[in-house]
Amino acid sequence: MSTLLELSGVSVSFDGFRAINNLSFQIGEPELRAIIGPNGAGKTTFMDIVTGKTRPDEGTVIWGEKSVSLLRMSESHIARAGIGRKFQKPTVFESQTVRENLAMALKNPRGPFDVLLYRKSAQGAARIEEIAAEVGLLDHLPRMAGELSHGQKQWLEIGMLLAQEPRLLLVDEPAAGMTPAEREHTTDLLKRLARKHAVVVVEHDMEFVRRLDCKVTVLHEGSVLAEGSLDHVVKNKEVIDVYLGR
Amino acid sequence: MKNRSFLAQNPSILWFIAAIAIFTLGATLMSEAAGTGLISTSFVKTLGKTLCLMLVAIAMDVVWGYCGILSLGHMAFFGLGGYAIGMWLMYARTEIIVAESLAAATIPPTPQEVSDAIASQIFGVVGTNKFPWIWTFADSLFLQLLMVVLVPGLLALVFGWLAFRSRVTGVYLSILTQAMTLALSLYLFQNDSGLRGNNGLSGLQNLPGLDGVPQATVSIAFLWASALALALGYVLFAWVVSGKMGSVIRGVRDNEARVRFLGYHVESYKLFVFTITAVVAGIAGALYYPQAGIINPAEVAPIASIYLAVWVAIGGRGRLYGAAIGAAVVSLLSSWFTSGGAPNIDLGIYVINWTDWWLVLLGVSFVAVTLFFPKGIGGLFDLFIRNDKRAPDAVEARRREAAE
Ligand SMILES: Nc1ncnc2c1ncn2[C@@H]1O[C@H](COP(=O)(O)OP(=O)(O)OP(=O)(O)O)[C@@H](O)[C@H]1O
Ligand SMILES: [Mg+2]
Repeated sequence: MSTLLELSGVSVSFDGFRAINNLSFQIGEPELRAIIGPNGAGKTTFMDIVTGKTRPDEGTVIWGEKSVSLLRMSESHIARAGIGRKFQKPTVFESQTVRENLAMALKNPRGPFDVLLYRKSAQGAARIEEIAAEVGLLDHLPRMAGELSHGQKQWLEIGMLLAQEPRLLLVDEPAAGMTPAEREHTTDLLKRLARKHAVVVVEHDMEFVRRLDCKVTVLHEGSVLAEGSLDHVVKNKEVIDVYLGR
Repeated sequence: MKNRSFLAQNPSILWFIAAIAIFTLGATLMSEAAGTGLISTSFVKTLGKTLCLMLVAIAMDVVWGYCGILSLGHMAFFGLGGYAIGMWLMYARTEIIVAESLAAATIPPTPQEVSDAIASQIFGVVGTNKFPWIWTFADSLFLQLLMVVLVPGLLALVFGWLAFRSRVTGVYLSILTQAMTLALSLYLFQNDSGLRGNNGLSGLQNLPGLDGVPQATVSIAFLWASALALALGYVLFAWVVSGKMGSVIRGVRDNEARVRFLGYHVESYKLFVFTITAVVAGIAGALYYPQAGIINPAEVAPIASIYLAVWVAIGGRGRLYGAAIGAAVVSLLSSWFTSGGAPNIDLGIYVINWTDWWLVLLGVSFVAVTLFFPKGIGGLFDLFIRNDKRAPDAVEARRREAAE
């Protein structure tokens, strides 16, 4: 396992409020990591920084074997480098079909002329169906994404993430709006993905995190409060005080 | 096979081309050129100009309705196309006139004398008799035709690159495009702009070397050329907004940040759409102004581009034929009302004079469409066709279901 992503000394403030405070974080490839922490701990902001949506005031974010800095790269460049993201609030293209959503995410050249001259291929269609089957949307391919239920939109976004074939998957609260059976399916899927890829999962649901059975990072007020196995961190006094005890 | 599926997925293309073909044939048969003379030559020109406006409207629909960029400057590109072709038309025609008048001279004139004579003919109204540098290629039809494409294309490329790169969006971008077209028209209004200031370019309906050909015939030629350009433009844009490109472009409109996180460089896509539509607008302008006969800086005033947006909104954003219909209906109504075609309404205490009140009517219609019929005139077609052309998969799936 080699380090794929490394943040060190990262801080970011919004109007004087320090959302991320001297945060350091590492993940290897392959690895599965859960991030937990109270509301407003900075979990989503962490993902914003990695994906280029938010630029930190201080610190470094280093990516890959060549140790390139993500701070100088645009959002789309970062995504092409192999970082995919599922948003906390499901964000799909509602006025397009499930198939179109997946096709747009499918790993293919991203330049305007590549896309203009892109021809639908049998492999592409097969891959879309494979992903749709994986996320349980095979029967919904021709439907408008806007017609899907909240849980189905979550699945669609997970499907889009899979279609991108990223090296690092940032998954923000995937289980919200899912049935217990779907949650189980999600944990299985994430664990399977983590055999080859780096996967970071933010989740509040402790049962879900337990089933992931992986290293856990506890965030609080923008920095790491504790790190280790779930059993280890839940015994941590500070973690109990700020997160679990409430 | 690929082509068939493209057309099968976009049935509106065949319908649209058929409608344009029938319209053009019908107008031709009724024209003075065909001998029937049911419609006047000037009305044939109005119809030809309308086709050009429909072409720039579908370009506007692609940039606004599909890509979500409310450009309020696309008529600047239209005007630049008109100026580019107008320069050649004026130059070449004046050259012939000058050659005729100098032919009588006993001493053959030097090329410099010929050039000076042409320049003083063209620029006498603005008090100079020298060719400005921008007229360097005016003697070449081929090069000026190239300018029809290059000048709007390059302006759009540079403007778009600067604007999109700094992530100017929404109303700020609209204002910036208005500023661009305003700056262009103010510049052109100056006498030393090199394009005859507020006089503009005139006599564009007279094709150099074709003095013997009656305007009735010329008007039909331009009607056909405009119809062909509209049909080709329709196919081009239908292709651009279909398939994966269309998917990404509509994604940019609905949530550009999300498109970025999928790895697409949104700015390149916007630049592509902005530039290609500007080029088509330039071509539309180059066909329009020889039919209008005159172009002046008022044509690229900010209001022109706002009208363009109004046509598209009334016709129905996000479907090409809607924009085309909107441009045709509103521009034809506009010329009917403002040319005194509509009878004034005498209310006893007040006379509604349509030349003045047309704009009020247009404004009210615009607000009404925006509020109550956001799909515009094009939305009426949904009442007849239940298949959503933007969701070919859905149609396909329904067909598959039906077959099973
Ligand atoms: N763009 C922004 N502008 C201002 N404040 C922000 C912005 N983004 C995040 N914040 C603030 O930063 C803090 C951290 O937010 P963040 O969304 O990262 O928390 P979180 O750990 O994801 O919480 P939750 O579990 O509720 O999703 C919050 O107080 C939030 O209000
Ligand atoms: Mg969050």
